[in-house]
Amino acid sequence: MRILEVKNLKKHFFPGGGEVLKAVDGVSFHIDKGETLGLVGESGCGKTTTGRTILNLHEITEGRVIFDGIDVGASRRGVRRELKKRMQIIFQDPYASLNPRMTVGDIIAEGIDIHRMYRGIKRQERVRELLDLVGLNREHAGRFPHEFSGGQRQRIGIARALAIEPEFIVCDEPISALDVSIQAQIVNLLIKLQKELGLTYLFIAHDLSMVRHISDRVGVMYLGRLVEVAESEELYEKPNHPYTQVLLGSIPVPDPKTAREHENIEITGEIPSSLCPPSGCPFRTRCRYAMEICSVQNPPLKEVTKGHYSACHLNDKK
Amino acid sequence: MEKILEVRDLGISFHTYAGEVEAVRGVSFYLKRGELLAVVGESGCGKTVTSKSIMKLLPDSTVEIKKGSEVRFEGRDIIKLGERELEKVRGKEISMIFQDPMTSLNPTMKIGDQIGESLMIHKKLSRREARKKTLEMLAMVNIPDPEERIDSYPHEFSGGMRQRVMIAIALSCEPKILIADEPTTALDVTIQAQIMKLIKNLQKKMGTSVILVTHDLGVVAGSADRVQVMYAGKVVERGTTDEIYYNPKHPYTWALLKSVPGAGSQKKSELYSLKGTPPDLMNPPKGCPFAARCDYCMSVCIEREPEETVSSGTHGVRCWLQHPMSPEVKNPITGGVR
Repeated sequence: MRILEVKNLKKHFFPGGGEVLKAVDGVSFHIDKGETLGLVGESGCGKTTTGRTILNLHEITEGRVIFDGIDVGASRRGVRRELKKRMQIIFQDPYASLNPRMTVGDIIAEGIDIHRMYRGIKRQERVRELLDLVGLNREHAGRFPHEFSGGQRQRIGIARALAIEPEFIVCDEPISALDVSIQAQIVNLLIKLQKELGLTYLFIAHDLSMVRHISDRVGVMYLGRLVEVAESEELYEKPNHPYTQVLLGSIPVPDPKTAREHENIEITGEIPSSLCPPSGCPFRTRCRYAMEICSVQNPPLKEVTKGHYSACHLNDKK
Repeated sequence: MEKILEVRDLGISFHTYAGEVEAVRGVSFYLKRGELLAVVGESGCGKTVTSKSIMKLLPDSTVEIKKGSEVRFEGRDIIKLGERELEKVRGKEISMIFQDPMTSLNPTMKIGDQIGESLMIHKKLSRREARKKTLEMLAMVNIPDPEERIDSYPHEFSGGMRQRVMIAIALSCEPKILIADEPTTALDVTIQAQIMKLIKNLQKKMGTSVILVTHDLGVVAGSADRVQVMYAGKVVERGTTDEIYYNPKHPYTWALLKSVPGAGSQKKSELYSLKGTPPDLMNPPKGCPFAARCDYCMSVCIEREPEETVSSGTHGVRCWLQHPMSPEVKNPITGGVR
């Protein structure tokens, strides 16, 4: 069952001087209930903006986000409030996303208070329950964020997101700021919570090997567009889009012999500015297969094999 | 190969209001001419403090370098050098690039002037000569259109480009040692691959010795000659790259290697993860620092600290499992016993 449908979503920013920054430029995908969709890409590709626009933290410029049959952008205030209860977010930076002046208990219960879900003893019980759930101690409720390590803070952020019993969570690079050994702890926690609570995730990250582990399907973004989406095994084993190929080729291999031998397909140059993206296919300036048509026409996302979509002109030649 | 740098029994403490934090506790290692040594460990393990002490970049007011610590660079003890003498070493003989290219460049200076600065000071070049050399450096670190970019300011560059500028500054005086402290952590994978390749190529071309500090075992597999793993202010295992990846002996190294999900791992299965967090270095544990998180912890581990067991000339490990009287344990990486 589809829980989220994103149709031709656009988010443009207007930084002044008549310029338009097309952070997200026509992205479409869906997520089924209980599924994890991974979203990967380099910084500036619009993956975070996509996540935030879905939650209406940014106003939608064009296109639609449909959550469980409700149009997120067009809904009225009362409905939006209800939606916020069902959709939550875990932020990237566990240092900046917790209010340093609030106790952990109050941080976690903020959503509970806003939505008037529990009060008094019940509220306290709920906070304790959440602390247990994410693997923190009950006594931690009275402490302040600065007393915790990065991994523990991220657990607080997860508890806060879970407090109002959402169905869908946007995980916006939840592990990027953490150490390797702590990353595994947090990923395990997210997987456990998904199994226990039947959660649906949009998992945004740039660590490609972790995304492969946690996601059922993975989407690759480049310069505000979704260039490829497929089941995660399929995407990692048989990447179709030239960008996905170089992106996967850049993953460092923790094996000296393979790393020394395999000369990775190096990607030249850097991601162009979203203020003046190249005409046609956004990737053509760095693509080693770029053809004439690539600068003229932006290839649409097409199904190459069942459930595997890619936006590349090379697929038309075959 | 001759040892260009030798660190002996380095101990560094920070004096804070809450008490003394023993960040580095007796670290010894060496660097040979022309080799790339990777120092791997999690945040707070002392890897950055160790690398900064090589250039004596730690603030005197709060930092205490323990008596008996030695950092010998070509025979001279850096710790004993005065500020004037240090200035001749920093940037010229040993230079450093930092994790965050955004904050380590001066935002009010053109990048060309920032690269030329050290050339004019150390190499006594004239402004014109320095500019010529700067252009060469920019081309060497693969910055497109150096003629145009030399007069740009840092904010006009992307993260990857700024890191290239940092590398150009660091290598402009052809130092003997380059210390790279997490040079790719703030960058995307595609750019990370480019920067690592650049460092490796320049190291070969110029014969520079490199100390690469990182938390990611994946990044160094293809480039390092030797690897040393640090934990809680100590070197727990050191060896050639092959020894560390194919025959690791310390449970902490095993844990680091296992926390990376491999291609074959069962999707959504539980990833191997270390329990708990590193010890508080305000009160370092009396035994092995890793004991509290170790799956193989024995009673001796809590009581006494293991000495280093050296198995080959290059491979050393601090773990009681190496003791002949310890029980035999299956190595989860090689599958062998002990």
